[in-house]
Amino acid sequence: MANLDIAQVRTEEAPKLPAPVSTTGVIGWMRQNLFSSIGNTVLTVIGIYIAYSLIAPFIQFALIDAVWTGENREACLPKDGQHAGACWAYVKAYFPQFIYGRYPTEEVWRVNIVYFLFAALLIPLAMPSAPFKRTNALLFLVVFPIIAYFLLTGLVIGGNVILPVVETAQWGGLLVTLVIAVTGIVASLPLGIALALGRRSKMPIIKLVSVIFIEFWRGVPLITVLFMSSVMLPLFLPEGVTFDKLLRVLIGVTLFSAAYMAEVVRGGLQAIPKGQYEGAMALGLRFWPMMYLIILPQALKLVIPGIVNTFIGLFKDTTLVLIVGMFDLLGQIQSSFTDPTWSTPSQGHTGYLFAAIVFFVFCFGMSRYSIFMEHKLHTGHKR
Amino acid sequence: MAVQEQDSAGAPARASLVNDPKVRSLFYQVILVAGLVALGYFIVTNTIANLERQNIASGWGFLENTAGFGIIQSLIPYAETSTYGTAIMVGFFNTLMVAVVGIFFATIIGFVVGIARLSNNWVISKLAYWYVELIRNVPLLLQIFFWYFAVLRAVPGKRDKWSFGFDTFHLNITGLYGPKPIWETGSAFIVYAFILAIVLSVVIAKWAKKRQDATGQQFPVFLTAIGLIVGLPVITYFVTGMPVYLEHPNYVEKGPILRRGFELGVGAKLIPEFLALTAALAIYTAAFIAEIVRAGIQAVSHGQTEAARALGIRNGPTLRLVIIPQAMRVIIPPLTSQYLNLTKNSSLAVAIAFPDLVSVGGTVLNQTGQAIEIIAIWMAVYLSLSLITSAFMNWYNQRMALVER
Amino acid sequence: MTKTLLPLVLGTAMGVVASAANAATLDDVKAKGFIQCGVSQGLPGFSNPDAQGNWTGLDVDYCRAMASAVFGDASAVKYTPLSAKERFTALQSGEIDVLSRNTTWTMSRDTQLGLNFAGVNYYDGQGFMVRKDLGVTSALELSGASVCTNTGTTTELNVADYFRANNMPYEIVAFEKADEVVAAYDAGRCDVYTTDASGLYAQRLKLTNPGDHMVLPEIISKEPLGPVVRQGDDQWFNIAKWTLNAMINAEEMGVTSENVDNMKTSDNPSVKRLLGAEGAFGEAIGLSNDWAYSIIKNVGNYGEVFDANVGPDTPLGISRGVNALWSNGGFLYAPPVR
Repeated sequence: MANLDIAQVRTEEAPKLPAPVSTTGVIGWMRQNLFSSIGNTVLTVIGIYIAYSLIAPFIQFALIDAVWTGENREACLPKDGQHAGACWAYVKAYFPQFIYGRYPTEEVWRVNIVYFLFAALLIPLAMPSAPFKRTNALLFLVVFPIIAYFLLTGLVIGGNVILPVVETAQWGGLLVTLVIAVTGIVASLPLGIALALGRRSKMPIIKLVSVIFIEFWRGVPLITVLFMSSVMLPLFLPEGVTFDKLLRVLIGVTLFSAAYMAEVVRGGLQAIPKGQYEGAMALGLRFWPMMYLIILPQALKLVIPGIVNTFIGLFKDTTLVLIVGMFDLLGQIQSSFTDPTWSTPSQGHTGYLFAAIVFFVFCFGMSRYSIFMEHKLHTGHKR
Repeated sequence: MAVQEQDSAGAPARASLVNDPKVRSLFYQVILVAGLVALGYFIVTNTIANLERQNIASGWGFLENTAGFGIIQSLIPYAETSTYGTAIMVGFFNTLMVAVVGIFFATIIGFVVGIARLSNNWVISKLAYWYVELIRNVPLLLQIFFWYFAVLRAVPGKRDKWSFGFDTFHLNITGLYGPKPIWETGSAFIVYAFILAIVLSVVIAKWAKKRQDATGQQFPVFLTAIGLIVGLPVITYFVTGMPVYLEHPNYVEKGPILRRGFELGVGAKLIPEFLALTAALAIYTAAFIAEIVRAGIQAVSHGQTEAARALGIRNGPTLRLVIIPQAMRVIIPPLTSQYLNLTKNSSLAVAIAFPDLVSVGGTVLNQTGQAIEIIAIWMAVYLSLSLITSAFMNWYNQRMALVER
Repeated sequence: MTKTLLPLVLGTAMGVVASAANAATLDDVKAKGFIQCGVSQGLPGFSNPDAQGNWTGLDVDYCRAMASAVFGDASAVKYTPLSAKERFTALQSGEIDVLSRNTTWTMSRDTQLGLNFAGVNYYDGQGFMVRKDLGVTSALELSGASVCTNTGTTTELNVADYFRANNMPYEIVAFEKADEVVAAYDAGRCDVYTTDASGLYAQRLKLTNPGDHMVLPEIISKEPLGPVVRQGDDQWFNIAKWTLNAMINAEEMGVTSENVDNMKTSDNPSVKRLLGAEGAFGEAIGLSNDWAYSIIKNVGNYGEVFDANVGPDTPLGISRGVNALWSNGGFLYAPPVR
């Protein structure tokens, strides 16, 4: 302050500073994100090394050393000195079995129709912008299961065989995986909603029963549920009444996932502001119309990501049915390992890799969808 | 009013009976109870009839019978002559062991990956991202098979080994071998010293907190506790005349081929079934924990970090003292359910021959045919484990939540 | 209504099938038009599905023989693959009509599980398979070995008894499914694979190099394998018993699927009785009198079935051994049709 009166006039140019470090372009981006400090550089190098040591052998195995064509194990045996790569020829040979199981070849078109209908109904249902949601949902949740049921199992009316009966023991592969996962989720939805409403009910016994039911199924591992349904369920039934094995598994899976579904739906119910309930009651709506017209449409829309996540979990968990002797995709792949025609050192790795890719594609796709819906719903509710 | 008074017990009362919420709710509940009782009766009578007709024994007497089969790994003394009850206990402890070890590693990996996911370093965060996505979207059973059958083929055979850690640890297809501590007489004092050290540490921590609250003076609790917990048992070890020694696994290289390799029962050994199961469980659950950790850290508002910076707190202490304590409150509840999931998922051991509760129970079920009793044991054990874990976590959660004003 | 119904909707009642757990299994079987037969999940030579889902094997041929006896049609069978754990429950609950799944006849199973064994269609015993390069020639040298086997079988108990009795330390790795045992043994997890000797020959085919492995000579247990039916239906039990006996008797009398038509006019009275040309033995058990003729015509006698599925000319290459007829020094001895 004191030397305000001393004029300072610069007589020469200030020394030029170096140009600021580039923050754009590839170099700039790398400098910012990869090499901003010594520690960061070390991390980057370690990270690249880890990535390389994981990806390189994988590519070597799955693509470079892989065998794409062949008739039997001879093609896939490791040639002298070379590593054994993935034996895709084996997957190709077994592909129909992985997709349809042991479904009779001449009837496979029925499975294809079911797959097609499934996709054709699910895709518009999943797209938020597609029209006719209500009709679509009705078709998917009610009409489709009935059609699929008769297409897959067969149809005999009054002794006339319209579609030959195909036993569930002949089903397998992706078909069983999808049947269990989709049936499990579709059937557990109404049960889950009922349980969620029950858990929030003011009636003490209904609430207690719902809580016990939900906590029981959530507390036990799925595999014990499957053992129970395959070993113990027959004991519960009257003499002479039996369930199809697949149906028994489906019952177990449905009860199990209903408990998880209930918790998801409960989350949605809790997220609905109290004003909605009060508004509905003020309009004189009773409990069920209030739920059906006001609360559930909003709550269910909110929990779509949760339902999708439950579905992903269930889809992955269907693999457990192989432990109780059913042939889902993984079970079918495992059972193909015992075929001496294709027995090579790389067969197991190839089979598991194939299963992993299929599951990853399905689950990753669904989780992307769930995130997409989450964002969409999130913005919709922002004020 | 007038109408009501006119015929008080007449038509209006009957009409309101249908609309009376209390009556209605009572009605619904009675129906539910009746339905459940009917279902229960149906199931019980059928089961009893079936058991009688099929001549299947029931009751818990079988637990006293001799098991007769061998179990590859046991934490408690077990032989073929032990009872079915003991066999089931062996399975139970094996389940606990997998759960505890799995939870330990899953937590570590999960936190590392979760924090890595938020790293500014692009390579690290992408690596963490793909770890989470790849692991989460592939079924656990498939991963267990991968670790067991694919990795099993890659390690040396039974009459070969990989050694590491200065030749103390060895790995081959029959397991991971290491030195086993042999506890001789007097070694109990070391355990006592260890327990004493933990108690002392807790007391000191309480005292230090009180003093800091009162005077503001800090006390190096962490270092003291480490010193106590490590030091006290070590001192006792020397004072009591070194009663513990290590038994190293015995690798036989000569003699008949069958006898070569590691001798059975010498040294400590972790069987490959255990390794594969624990690795798969830890890696799988870690992917979920990583997401929970990431969400938890992101849930702490950025203002907290900025405020800590403004106070001149460095990065490390900011994370330790400001971010993590707040993030933990968000993290704990979902973490609990992941721990429970891991415990429940350990039942997949049955697929790769690790003798956990479900696997041993399944064997007993097969040998005795007593499905109901075995499944009841399974359910009871897993349900109580669930309840205990959630009770503990609720307690912990409450403590954490109390920090809030 | 068939057992295969699968409601994709929640109307579970559709999938419930009131079937043959009660007394008259034969009537129920006749009404539905086929026999539901419980088999293994894949054991070459005994019951194994091919890529098209057609089942073949010794146990499968027994089911086909029963169908021939009942319907005169060997293809009137449907197969339910069962794990070791499920097999008895499936039979008890009426899900299957007969269990033909290499099941060992033991006293506890026969008396405590509400089951009846209809006979023995393969005399087996538990054996050991090892790698040839171990240089082991006897099971008594297996001290310290790690042993792979199936969980929940008699095998698991026998191996424990055997090693204990001979005071040999061992390590047991017990899997849920046979395929997993094979995979683990093939990977070198175990020195020894133990199961029924027939199973060893069958599973050896699934190994990467079957030639590197050998089956040790010791047989440490008696494993009479046979078909099983429910208790409480003597008629069905009789059909099960005599289907097997007819196949054995046919071999003894030299009746084969090729010469059965000529043999029908044979002078030998016991052949005539067997093939229904004399007496009414079929009607006595609720079948037609040509029941045994259909079995032999459609499926073959015991020797033919054995040779076609597990015999020396098959990949399994099992010799008749104790499974030869009593007249050839084996154990097979069927009561006469008289």
